[in-house]
Amino acid sequence: MSKRIDVKDLNVYYGDFLAVEDVSINIEAKSVTAFIGPSGCGKSTFLRTLNRMHEVLPGARVEGEVLMDGDNLYGPGVDPVTVRSQIGMVFQRPNPFPTMSIRDNVLAGVKLNNKKISKGEADVLVERSLQSANLWNEVKDRLEKPGSGLSGGQQQRLCIARAIAVEPQVILMDEPCSALDPISTLAIEDLINDLKDQYTVVIVTHNMQQAARVSEKTAFFNIAGTGKPGKLIEYGNTQTIFNNPNVKATEDYVSGRFG
Amino acid sequence: MTATPLTSSQGAGRAGDKIFSGAALTAGCLILAVLFGVALFLVVQAIPALTAPAAEIQGGEGFFAYIWPIVIGTLIAATIALVIATPIAIGVALFISHFAPRGLASGLGYVVDLLAAIPSVIYGAWGAAFLAKEISPAYNWLAENMGWLPIFQGPASATGKTILTAGIVLSVMVLPIITSLSREIFLQTPKLHEEAALALGATRWEMIKMSVLPFARPGIISAVMLGLGRALGETMAVALVLSSGALTASLITSGNQTIAAEIALNFPEASGLKVSTLIAAGLVLFVITLGVNMIARWIITRHKEFSGAN
Repeated sequence: MSKRIDVKDLNVYYGDFLAVEDVSINIEAKSVTAFIGPSGCGKSTFLRTLNRMHEVLPGARVEGEVLMDGDNLYGPGVDPVTVRSQIGMVFQRPNPFPTMSIRDNVLAGVKLNNKKISKGEADVLVERSLQSANLWNEVKDRLEKPGSGLSGGQQQRLCIARAIAVEPQVILMDEPCSALDPISTLAIEDLINDLKDQYTVVIVTHNMQQAARVSEKTAFFNIAGTGKPGKLIEYGNTQTIFNNPNVKATEDYVSGRFG
Repeated sequence: MTATPLTSSQGAGRAGDKIFSGAALTAGCLILAVLFGVALFLVVQAIPALTAPAAEIQGGEGFFAYIWPIVIGTLIAATIALVIATPIAIGVALFISHFAPRGLASGLGYVVDLLAAIPSVIYGAWGAAFLAKEISPAYNWLAENMGWLPIFQGPASATGKTILTAGIVLSVMVLPIITSLSREIFLQTPKLHEEAALALGATRWEMIKMSVLPFARPGIISAVMLGLGRALGETMAVALVLSSGALTASLITSGNQTIAAEIALNFPEASGLKVSTLIAAGLVLFVITLGVNMIARWIITRHKEFSGAN
């Protein structure tokens, strides 16, 4: 249950402002794809178009096609709510629901689709999701406690557990480690490595070592200047992007000679 | 460069700090002093009524027999007001904060705030001269068709000046308070939590149930309590709308009375023990309001662990 994503000629707008221009990219199923680039280059904006979260902001819209196994997410009659239930997302800052217990947080997405889940099934699902998120051993004795009482790294893994509990086709991660300490970061990276056996993972990161460590393919986004749209500069195997890039801008960025 | 000794504390910042903390402390103490002063006044003035022989109190059966029907009347009127106003207010606030297009939302918010600016005597006049007349056919219908319920027992008041009408007028008056506060709280819901729900595939309503309402819960309770405070203490509108009388279970006949209206209607001509009795009634209202607020605080703190504040 993981699908590939093919993006064709996508332009992303905030009102009249063109934020990301003409991106075409093929994201493989069951692999980790990293988006890197300087701040403001549109990589997070682009990521949010892949599960139609972009349009949550007033005036935001896109032109072009995003195909998930051939189905256009922006086709006529496609319900963004359905799209989002199949493409999970993990945010920059951990955002478990503060009023819910750890257990209810994991089940939050499941209960949206399947209100009548039995307690037994729910227990199994909670344990399996938390196991997959490498969090089970730390929280199994306090599942009824609020999720907001966990540490930042644990909260982020709880959010990942919440995302995978609904068994999505794709998991999008928007700088999932940027608010975490190195040890929690390592735990998340290990987790990403495990997740790619089952899921298509797309991760935005500012940390180039992280991209090199976790991803099979890397896309480098850049921006020509303030007010200009972000563009996909180069996309390829992570090894190639970091060791032998084709474009000068990519080489400058990955070797730290940027700006 | 000479180093400033660490023990010295000069500069305008320090003086400003002292003035500010002094002013804040004074303001805080002032509130307590005023509250204490009012409470003290009420207790001292009420003592004659509370200690007087039963026969001398209005009604001739003692203070308790005098006060409890109007306590119940006050609670009935306030309850009607909140039962009507709370769901409408939350609905309007959600519409403004999460559903309406931006232009409409600000216009609607402005209109709602305007409702709060109308003096209560105008609401009273509207209730007495317009609403009571228009609504009395509905009361007749209720008496005929729902009369088996004690609260709708007939015969319905021909003028429509009943406790239910007063409650409806009160609900219009507390509506803007609850709406404005709820709207502000709904707007403060962290985007992060709203997006967490949306990204899981929640519809807008599901997102509101998962993120907005739980976040706003303590705020909604506070807003309702402020509304309740106004409904309990509202004087003019009730005095004008309600044709008062003895306590009755039926909401659609004339009768019942609230503490605030009772005080307002009788105070100008009162003297001696009667004044004491009315002030004692005021003390009871004060205690009710205090009790209601303490219950609200308790409800809010009971869920502290899950409030997201930790």
